[in-house]
Amino acid sequence: MFSLCKIALRNLVRQKRRTLLTASLITIGVVFVVVFVSVSGSFKNMMVGQITDSFLGHIQIHKKGYVRSLDSLPLTLNMNSKAVKKVEEALNETPGIETYSARLKFGGMFSNFVETTNVRLNGVYPENEFRTVPLFPARIREGEKAIKKGDVLLPELLAKGMKVKVGDTVVVVATNRDGSVNGKQFRVSGILESATGPGGRDGYVHIEDAREILRMDEMEISEIAIRLKDFAKLQEVFGMVGDRLSEQLNKQGQPAFEIHTWEKLSPFYNIARMIDIMTLFVKLMLIAIVLISIMNVMIMAVYERIREIGTIAAIGTAPGKILSMFLVEGFSLGVFGALVGNVIGVAIVYSLGIAKLTFDFGRQKGLLLSPTIDLTDILVISLIVIAISALASLQPAFKASRMEPIKALRHV
Amino acid sequence: MSLIVAQNLSKTYAQGEIRVEALKGLDFNIEPASFVSFVGPSGSGKTTLLNLIGCLDKPTSGTLSVADTDVSHLDRRMAASFRGERIGFIFQDFNLIPVLTAYENVEYPLLVVQNTPSSERRRRVLALLDAVGMAEQKNKYPDQISGGQKQRVAIARALVADPKLVLADEPTANLDHETAYMVIDVMKRMKTELGTTFVFSTHDQKIVGEAETIYTLEDGVLSGREVKNNNVQSM
Repeated sequence: MFSLCKIALRNLVRQKRRTLLTASLITIGVVFVVVFVSVSGSFKNMMVGQITDSFLGHIQIHKKGYVRSLDSLPLTLNMNSKAVKKVEEALNETPGIETYSARLKFGGMFSNFVETTNVRLNGVYPENEFRTVPLFPARIREGEKAIKKGDVLLPELLAKGMKVKVGDTVVVVATNRDGSVNGKQFRVSGILESATGPGGRDGYVHIEDAREILRMDEMEISEIAIRLKDFAKLQEVFGMVGDRLSEQLNKQGQPAFEIHTWEKLSPFYNIARMIDIMTLFVKLMLIAIVLISIMNVMIMAVYERIREIGTIAAIGTAPGKILSMFLVEGFSLGVFGALVGNVIGVAIVYSLGIAKLTFDFGRQKGLLLSPTIDLTDILVISLIVIAISALASLQPAFKASRMEPIKALRHV
Repeated sequence: MSLIVAQNLSKTYAQGEIRVEALKGLDFNIEPASFVSFVGPSGSGKTTLLNLIGCLDKPTSGTLSVADTDVSHLDRRMAASFRGERIGFIFQDFNLIPVLTAYENVEYPLLVVQNTPSSERRRRVLALLDAVGMAEQKNKYPDQISGGQKQRVAIARALVADPKLVLADEPTANLDHETAYMVIDVMKRMKTELGTTFVFSTHDQKIVGEAETIYTLEDGVLSGREVKNNNVQSM
């Protein structure tokens, strides 16, 4: 085998320019894929992190039918304390859950005593909310990074539109589930940066204030947002929680709760899917580049060396060894291209990290792009290139091995 | 016991509806450790005959035995194996592998075809390179040596696996007379030293005279057999 490798490698060196051109083509393809996978993957992971860690959570639980009516924030589809207790029991029994936060969501009227407009508010337990969505405090651009009773955090667009500043007093008026209206004064304690997706432009109050304004005798909860210990186990934990909650049925014998991962709740999931599809297409392009370039080179190599093939076949080289010789040649080109491409690609990814590139997404400004590349991605890209190189060499190599020595020796 | 036995050996090529009879019912025997030449004009069937003996092609009819093996029915893989073990080849254009040095070219059959152990390989390659006078050029690539030197390396390569038979198709055609004689001399010396049978084709009358036995081919038919003592037999 060593001798076959030696001959294959020397044949590659023999055609320096052609080998270099082909290897360069593969290298450029690998570099492009490594950088694209790294940048797009980092962008996707960062955006998913932004969305889940700043307001959405990894998983959410609602009463059956709530998500379908999410736009109207129906108080009639809140979970009562008994239901919440059952959910909490299920969550406490499920491994992999770091923490969770109960929210009471409602819509109301917001007044600065001069103008009035609509507002969507979340009543939360501040400590639980901050643990469940740890990037939430970072969204508070002005004011205190806290939610105290009597305070309201307003989304920045609303605050700007209503010319409200931190420290101002405002009134929130809401209708409870019986249809009676109640109002309460709040102090604006902070201005919240907008985020992309549902709930990204909501205001926040303490949950006790929400209960008071909605005149609830006992606490009701609209949704429970869950944070996992390991985001990679999203589907596993989702399945476990879903199994536990599926035992809880409503009066109609249907499941009492509905559970969704962030993917079902955020429109960014479709963008993430698009990024995955684009990555797949970029990998397909790499496959095409490698396939065409290696196949072209190997067909040329076989054509140029027909007499040589005839000679080695005549002196007794088995067809399998002739096949191996050409396979090794294509394989070596792939290995070289993958190796150099990965080294250059990783260097570029590292340089982009040092350059600290920022970008805007929706209303989120100055997001820092920190591209990284997994060893798994490098291995997958390398394996694709090497496997396709061997595959592309197979047809020319097979042709060489099947050549009749007598015809090959006659070739001019 | 003859090394090569051909009985009623024929080869016909079909090109569309045209059938070309390259060899027509040849009968001959070649003894071990002999130095045999096939002569004849272009198209007389010399190369076809050497291809049949070398298991590179199959006869259309008749039988052909080489080293006690009926080679008429060997499949592709068995033919390759048989060639690797029993037959050495010397080509008109030398056909050395250009990316291998003289040493590596000679070593190739032992390394790739026979998997001979390293120390034995080295001993045999060096001995043969020395025997053909190419020991000092062993690290040179084919494009760094002359035509005569290439053919001497090719002779060493043909002999390194210790074959019973070496076939040479027009081995001196691309060489000047002086070099051609030198090459033939090396072949004869190897035949004497190693006891290998050399069968070669040529149309060079001066080179033909170096053979112990000369077969004449005309239009695919053996028309004469001459031995060294000038005993010409009509066939």
